[in-house]
Amino acid sequence: MRITAEEVVWSAAGAPVVRGVSAEVAPGETVGLLGPNGSGKSSLLRCLAGLRAPDSGTVRYDGESVRGWDARRIARRVAFVAQEAGADGELRVADVVGLGRTPYRSRWRGPDAADRAVVAAALDRVGLTALADRPWKALSGGERQRAHLARALAQQPRALLLDEPTNHLDVRHRLELMELLAGTPQTVLVVLHDLSLAARYCDRLLLLHRGRLAACGPPADVLTQELLAEVFEVDAVPAPDALGRPSVAYRGPLRPAPPPTGAPVPVSASDEK
Amino acid sequence: MRAAAFALLGAGVLAASVAAAVRIGTADVGWTDVARAFGGRLGLPVEPLPPLLDSLVWDLRLPRVLMAALVGASLAVCGAVLQAVTRNALADPYLLGVSSGASTGAVTVVVLGIGSHALGVTGGALVGALVSFALLLLLLRRTGLDSSRIVLTGVVVGQLFTALTSLVLMASADADTTRAVTHWLLGSMAPARWNTVAVCAAVTPLGLAAAWLCSTALDGLAFGSDTAASLGIGVRHTRLLLLVVTAVLTAVAVATVGAIGFAGLIVPHGVRFLVGPLHRVLLPCTALAGAVFLVWTDALARAAFAPREVPVGVVTALLGVPLFLLVLRRRGEL
Repeated sequence: MRITAEEVVWSAAGAPVVRGVSAEVAPGETVGLLGPNGSGKSSLLRCLAGLRAPDSGTVRYDGESVRGWDARRIARRVAFVAQEAGADGELRVADVVGLGRTPYRSRWRGPDAADRAVVAAALDRVGLTALADRPWKALSGGERQRAHLARALAQQPRALLLDEPTNHLDVRHRLELMELLAGTPQTVLVVLHDLSLAARYCDRLLLLHRGRLAACGPPADVLTQELLAEVFEVDAVPAPDALGRPSVAYRGPLRPAPPPTGAPVPVSASDEK
Repeated sequence: MRAAAFALLGAGVLAASVAAAVRIGTADVGWTDVARAFGGRLGLPVEPLPPLLDSLVWDLRLPRVLMAALVGASLAVCGAVLQAVTRNALADPYLLGVSSGASTGAVTVVVLGIGSHALGVTGGALVGALVSFALLLLLLRRTGLDSSRIVLTGVVVGQLFTALTSLVLMASADADTTRAVTHWLLGSMAPARWNTVAVCAAVTPLGLAAAWLCSTALDGLAFGSDTAASLGIGVRHTRLLLLVVTAVLTAVAVATVGAIGFAGLIVPHGVRFLVGPLHRVLLPCTALAGAVFLVWTDALARAAFAPREVPVGVVTALLGVPLFLLVLRRRGEL
């Protein structure tokens, strides 16, 4: 599914957070949404997921404006995975994943055989079939994140929107999750903090800076020394890792510019001795 | 399957409990007396009971036991719903401050001496409950009705009306009135009559059905607003609907029999432990368990220190505390 943002503006308590972003995610693409803390990534993602109504601007799914759509209609198109969604610790994993069928169920009916088949397929897709009957509280962080992904897949959406899904995951689970996302046929828009992970798994990147789109394009075009310095305030260079995969190498945070050469260097009293 | 078995068993136990509880009290009533009272009304060829005994069974005991069942179901389901809506395991039906409003209304009516006593208290309590709930909604009107705001605002409203109740009592009530009001505040089934049972019987099933139809939404709300909304749940509408439903159910229950504590807190936890947290199953089972729980605690309140009667709220708390501890222990939360 094609997701389009046209001049999207959104404010929280009067303070503008997203300040007019136009961007597009093409069908089947895996797109990373990057930016420093407070750049408006999560807010933009929520606008695109239909969870926040933009103050102005338009969000389109396959060209149709979603303004005025009810939650159910949106939920059949787009699934959303929050950073750390809690759950009742007693719920079984299969029940959590089964909640993904909510947008298709009537109030009067319980889950039927078709729902159970979709849930089983989603659990299989993320490799959690063996844990289907476990209570939620017995799951590790990585398993919970995968269960939420299965829940999102059970919604049978045409696009998956995820907010920092790799947070709190160890290296192996990070790689597994990103491989799963890159391998899904659905359109994927994922907020990431790990630039190397973004460089490696995303088709394209959107880079946000103070609520505006600073750059967008293939990882090589977005993760440049200049943009990294300007947006993230780090001294970093895009460099392939030891295995030759795209990655980012950091020298460190950028310091305030050094005083111009020739200027007198302040000398403290103790240095004069 | 386990849930269906539990529900069927619960319905059977409830019916048996109601029948058995009618016998319990200061005056002895035998099984044959109960059968004769029912049989006579159903037009069966049975020997009618002496009028005094018949009146005791039919006009006092039966409405009281039915009231206990209705109020028990109502409070337990309200507790379960509010625990999910506020994502707070300690939520109970009184969290919204509705019972405090009801107390203020009831006390005001008693002190001012408006209306005939029993109906006046009920009416005053109902008005007080609705006023406090209106204030709650007014304070919440511009918010997204998120969990913590509901809890905090409910506590504020509750404290305000508790203070008002104390003020009215201290300023103008004599010792006898204070004693009567205290009895009501602790909760007692004694005022239940057919007219109040009828109101409860009309409102409670509707409220329970409305809550049950929100089962899936209640499951989804456990994940927080954003995830719930992304599942296609109209979060704000659902929360508002459920607040109104629980407030009305609580108001009707409290107005008749006072603020019976603890049933709404422990019964949902106990049932969740037995049948799991999915509300589609949890709510009906909670309703049955709450009904059975209050029927028996009320029977105990009548019988334990007969002929003196203990307020049922005292009994629910005395039984509830150890039960609550047991459930928390078994769930590994304590």
